[in-house]
Amino acid sequence: MEYFVQQLINGITLGSIYGLIAIGYTMVYGIIGMINFAHGDIFMVGAFLALIAFLVLVSVGVSTVPLALFIVLLVSMALTALYGWTVERIAYRPLRRSFRLAPLISAIGMSIVLQNYVQVAQGARVKPLPPLVHGGYTLFEGNDFAVRLSNIQVIVVITTLVLMAGFSFLVARTRLGRNMRACEQDLKMAALVGIDVDRTISLTFVIGAALAAVAGLMFLLYYGVVDFFIGFLAGVKAFTAAVLGGIGSLPGAMIGGILIGLIETMWSAYFSIEYKDVAAFAILIIVLIFLPTGLLGRPEVEKV
Amino acid sequence: MPRESEPDRPLEFLAAVKEAAIAALVAFGLFVLLIGIRTEQGPTGALVFTTRFGTLAAIVGAVFTATLLRALFWREVTGSFGQIIPAPLKAAASGLSTYAAAAFLVFAVIVPIVFYGNRYLLDLGILIVTYTMLGLGLNIVVGLAGLLDLGYVAFYAVGAYSYALIAQYFGLSFWICLPLAGILAAFGGILLGFPVLRLRGDYLAIVTLGFGEIIRLILLNWQSLTGGPNGIPGIPRPSFFGLPFNSSEHGFAATFGIPYSPTHRVVFLYYLILALALLTNWVTLRLRRLPIGRAWEALREDEVACRALGVNTTTTKLTAFAMGAMFGGFAGAFFATRQGFISPESFTFTESALVLAIVVLGGMGSQLGVAVAATVMLGGFEFFREFDQYRMLVFGTAMVAIVIYRPRGLVATRTPSVSLREQKDVPASIVRDARTETPA
Repeated sequence: MEYFVQQLINGITLGSIYGLIAIGYTMVYGIIGMINFAHGDIFMVGAFLALIAFLVLVSVGVSTVPLALFIVLLVSMALTALYGWTVERIAYRPLRRSFRLAPLISAIGMSIVLQNYVQVAQGARVKPLPPLVHGGYTLFEGNDFAVRLSNIQVIVVITTLVLMAGFSFLVARTRLGRNMRACEQDLKMAALVGIDVDRTISLTFVIGAALAAVAGLMFLLYYGVVDFFIGFLAGVKAFTAAVLGGIGSLPGAMIGGILIGLIETMWSAYFSIEYKDVAAFAILIIVLIFLPTGLLGRPEVEKV
Repeated sequence: MPRESEPDRPLEFLAAVKEAAIAALVAFGLFVLLIGIRTEQGPTGALVFTTRFGTLAAIVGAVFTATLLRALFWREVTGSFGQIIPAPLKAAASGLSTYAAAAFLVFAVIVPIVFYGNRYLLDLGILIVTYTMLGLGLNIVVGLAGLLDLGYVAFYAVGAYSYALIAQYFGLSFWICLPLAGILAAFGGILLGFPVLRLRGDYLAIVTLGFGEIIRLILLNWQSLTGGPNGIPGIPRPSFFGLPFNSSEHGFAATFGIPYSPTHRVVFLYYLILALALLTNWVTLRLRRLPIGRAWEALREDEVACRALGVNTTTTKLTAFAMGAMFGGFAGAFFATRQGFISPESFTFTESALVLAIVVLGGMGSQLGVAVAATVMLGGFEFFREFDQYRMLVFGTAMVAIVIYRPRGLVATRTPSVSLREQKDVPASIVRDARTETPA
């Protein structure tokens, strides 16, 4: 029982990170109907930017951890958002009217570019960061097993909740959110009623990338290591989360993320740690076959 | 396009400078941390960093200059681009392409004779033809049937491991294992095909990607059967219909009364893969004339219309997957026998992306295009071997650039599978393509 609760806590933490990445997939898919395959690598870039920004801050003498983390968060969100914007501008926008699979192929190319760019610029070695946030709470003890909730897990979950709330507000209440929802329903019609479609799509990528940057920072804090390849697996799992929750649906992305996090953690804890990624891929396939609209998605109408 | 009058020039220049400055600013933001600062693990194990502001300044400067030049001169270049190639030359070029395939084939056949002494080039040739074969196999799935498969390497892996394991456990020869590997891979294709039948374009792509990764992870973790990350060593080399390539009395050289040379095996391998690739090409050409091939191409153009016309999309998709997978399996078995050693590391997603890039670059659906693309790409990889760490970067950039600037691929003509009297090539740009329509 204690073991299970501990896994539950770990799973929700991991799931929050997946959920943050999944939002980027789900928004982009909702609006322009493409899988932004490079999004996982945007997340990886975000983690690297956070790492480097932190090192620089420490060297110029910012030594209080909360302040440093806050600055790192802002810097990494801003710069990762710039990456998201650039990728869309260079690799996707010219393909709006191209054949259907073109953006996906371009996205795969972009993913390879980002991965190898970081590898060339920062080396292929794993980058460790000593734990910055210490401490935690022992919730309860029993059978020689103490259930612990570390401060870092609290930070991850709370940050995710705050961002989700802010983001839901943005989509539901602001002008930009209204534009995004309009574009999601019908791009042409949205353009006809005077919405700057290109700008809205750009901003969608910017927001998605900023959220991925937060996920990157959380990943860095939680695991303490990053390398140039983390984006691939995290990206596929986050995409699975988006599909599981119903692609195009924001709460769906979050629920899907937490479910995937839980399944992965439980699978590692009770079955085999080697096959945890197989479990994630298998879920993706099973969901797509039996529940292609996901938990909260709308069925897609096929038009001729 | 009407030129702007001269007095507007200074304004135009100012606008260009502004655009370049913005681009440079964006480049600065992108690269300031990732290129301007390099992190390394220091002697104590903690990360330390060094600055590289020189490189950063150079890159930002390059972006500024490039954007400026582009803003100032690009229009003139593109404006006159259409007239650069005179019409007669164009006609000659299109006439030439008829013979290009034949010339290409002749060249491929005489490579081992011309470069007999050059082991390095022969190995490169084998590599290129192997990828051509993989490209031709994937071309059936992606180019003809229009199903985007991101996990093609799985079938390559199934073929390779089938041969390695069957040869290891049952001691069967390469020639018996080859069809078995193909059959097993085709079975894998059907296995993948069944669940994904209902999925549309990009969902299908992601599921096939997942399938490819599952196969790789199983190979990696099923230690007792596949040796896990250590792979399978000592896979038997192929023989010339029973005659081994060694210096013994019963070897190939002794039987034919020629002095033994290790190159014999390389040449044999080259012709073996060339024959397999040609077989793939020939089968594809024949299949395109059969109802099933026509159904594939119809499926690519419009699935709903296909169903309305009574085409059984289930079997059509399954056969496409199975055929593509079978050729992937053949190539895999060949790969195993050539290397003598296989491990899961050879079957990563990057391989799938590479083969897909070959098909896309070659102009989806064009067989000659696949061969040209494989040659250009793998030849390019070898050419830039010194810049090893940059080549995947260039590869990714090329993939994006080709999709944007030449979405029809390098060889942008597609020979129609059906024609009334005479066969003639149609430039793909004049064919109305259902794929260009944005999804509803």
